[in-house]
Amino acid sequence: MDAKLPNPVRSVFEQVERDGTVVVNIGPSHPATHGTIQIIVELDGEKVVRADAHCGYLHRGFEKECEAHTWHNLIPYVDRLNYCSALSNDFAYCAAVEELMGIELTPRCKYLRTLLAEYSRIADHLTCIAASLMEMGAMTAFLYLVMLRDFIYEHLAALTGARVTYTYGRIGGLACDLPPGWLARLDEILDQYEVFVGRVHGLMDRNRIFIDRTRDVGVISTAEAINWGFTGPILRSTGAPRDLRKDTPYLAYAELDFEVPVGIKGDNYDRYYVRMREMDESVHMIRQLVDLLPDGPINVDDRRCTFPEKRLVYTEIESLINHFKLVMEGPQVPAGEVYSAQEAPNGELGFYIVSTGEGTPYKVHVRSPSFVHMGGAHRLMEGYQLADIIPTFGSVNMIGGECDR
Amino acid sequence: MAARIIPIRPAPSAAFEYITTKKDELVGWARKFSIFPYPFVTACCAMEFMAVSSTPYDTDRFGAALPRFSPRQADLLMVVGTLTHKQAPILRKVYEQMCEPKWVMAFGVCATSGGFYQNYAAVAGIDKIIPVDIYVPGCPPRPETVIDGIMRLQDQIARARHPILTKDF
Amino acid sequence: MDTAVLDLLKERLDTVHETAISHGTLVLVVAPAELPGTVQRLKSEFEFDLFLDVTAVDWPGQKPRFEVVYHFYSTTHRVRFRLKTRVSEEDPTVGSLVSLYGSARFMERECHDMYGIVFRGNPDLRPILLYEGFVGHPLRKDYPKRAEQPLVPYRD
Repeated sequence: MDAKLPNPVRSVFEQVERDGTVVVNIGPSHPATHGTIQIIVELDGEKVVRADAHCGYLHRGFEKECEAHTWHNLIPYVDRLNYCSALSNDFAYCAAVEELMGIELTPRCKYLRTLLAEYSRIADHLTCIAASLMEMGAMTAFLYLVMLRDFIYEHLAALTGARVTYTYGRIGGLACDLPPGWLARLDEILDQYEVFVGRVHGLMDRNRIFIDRTRDVGVISTAEAINWGFTGPILRSTGAPRDLRKDTPYLAYAELDFEVPVGIKGDNYDRYYVRMREMDESVHMIRQLVDLLPDGPINVDDRRCTFPEKRLVYTEIESLINHFKLVMEGPQVPAGEVYSAQEAPNGELGFYIVSTGEGTPYKVHVRSPSFVHMGGAHRLMEGYQLADIIPTFGSVNMIGGECDR
Repeated sequence: MAARIIPIRPAPSAAFEYITTKKDELVGWARKFSIFPYPFVTACCAMEFMAVSSTPYDTDRFGAALPRFSPRQADLLMVVGTLTHKQAPILRKVYEQMCEPKWVMAFGVCATSGGFYQNYAAVAGIDKIIPVDIYVPGCPPRPETVIDGIMRLQDQIARARHPILTKDF
Repeated sequence: MDTAVLDLLKERLDTVHETAISHGTLVLVVAPAELPGTVQRLKSEFEFDLFLDVTAVDWPGQKPRFEVVYHFYSTTHRVRFRLKTRVSEEDPTVGSLVSLYGSARFMERECHDMYGIVFRGNPDLRPILLYEGFVGHPLRKDYPKRAEQPLVPYRD
């Protein structure tokens, strides 16, 4: 064994304060911490007296990397924030830059982005629920949901070329339009969704063990949730119908008919059920959007950000120079700053962008819901049992890429 | 390879060589089809790890599905996702806690070479910290790529020498 | 968007240096000393109950160097606004908001980690995204992007 390895964190409780308590370390390499979170708990028997969450084990320097790339080149980095629903991040970032540039999206792009954002929401919630159920022992439900998620991944691979991190959003539009037959397959997948999720409902909803493990566990009230910065399904599970898609509508949400599911008590069961119902609402929205989808161009016709067609690039000098400038220097975004937020599957995903008029950003900051939720996660765990930490943590849906950036 | 241990060399004799070769083949066959992975999961590649462990790509067909979450019980360390400097001591510790024979798979480009995270926070490839047996590229790799990686690792294990008596025992 | 609240803010808050509308968002600038008091009033009188974000921007050529930026959201009025203050390199101290918002704890730790802004009153300014032993503040413009500080010595 080599020399003693350094400890990257300093815990708040080196010594126990009370007699008879034990300090236990969970993570950061742990099957159920969804990646790399370390939770140091002080236990009195099985009861959690204090919990201290340490994140940062996946800090990959997103903001510093963004300052070294052009506005277009950093879209792959943005993808890898909330990697379960990569398209939502793409669109939130592109919306922020488009606001700074003063670009208005084409109608087809607006509806298509809304459709794909809801599709990503389904994929994210499937992953979250599948992982939490597996950690409680429901392996069958995990396999059903992951199989459905695999259909979605293959379907999105037919559109974007990649299964998990797509880099599909572009400033002013999208990378490419829908291939033929895509909408027909979408219909098939939504029908499969009903079948698979129906089975999971049958397995879990009235399951005595599941209810015992999740009802009245990890309870939080609305006022507390807002104080600790919770947004998204966690805030909605406490009973507050706060949803940016309804409160401050963006993209095509104002034209859609959907409900915002809320919970009763703010416990783990409510969070599971809110996510299941949100997926149902997303499917309902996608079906409406498929009917409403207009024809037309995907990308806005703006030379500052949209790449010209390849055949023009090879024949006209202006298009060649335009293409060259966009690739080498990046789109010239006017100086200024903007904060633009969208309702990502986890909550409010905001991008705060500062530009000094060049092709590379001065600062790109992500207001990530997972990071803020980790700040309040200890409130959900304290007072409950050690075994409750796992379902609670699963229901918070902390995504490492988003939390640590 | 497991050949960090120096085997005791018996006196050369044809019959003995035949027996040890066959023993190596038998042990290699057994070891390659009973891999117990330790999924050291960090980032986005976890999504593909989940996909490759479940239907329809199923690593259980290769005997490599049952994860052992204790390093003492695992033999394949799959480093899935980016390794940051903060996480590096933990990876080193987990690797050292694993018993021989052990293999390491670098799952994804971030584990292979740092990917496109070339900055102050990410380690540019886990082979700076631990020795790696198989590199599976992709961002994230398709499940078929992962299965290809596992099969190549199985070939490696099958062809390796599997000494039973070594200098350390 | 309920702009009446924003107009009310502009009238009533006397500690504010300047106001602006930037892409539909109201931006207020205050002096660092006035910050906790202003936020207290915003929370109690104007119902800005959700503290979204605190971050900083590094302007190395300008004095004071750092601009600390806060974002708040009101769930009742459904409106967002931005609050900015400037602190210098020699004394990058701002009052902390932990007594008002629980979520401030982690976010101020991150801002301290990345930029070195000290939040007076935050009892816990341990590194959160970086690790113990990391020297420097990486998001400052003078920190080179590739300057790694490995915890585990490299092989070979």
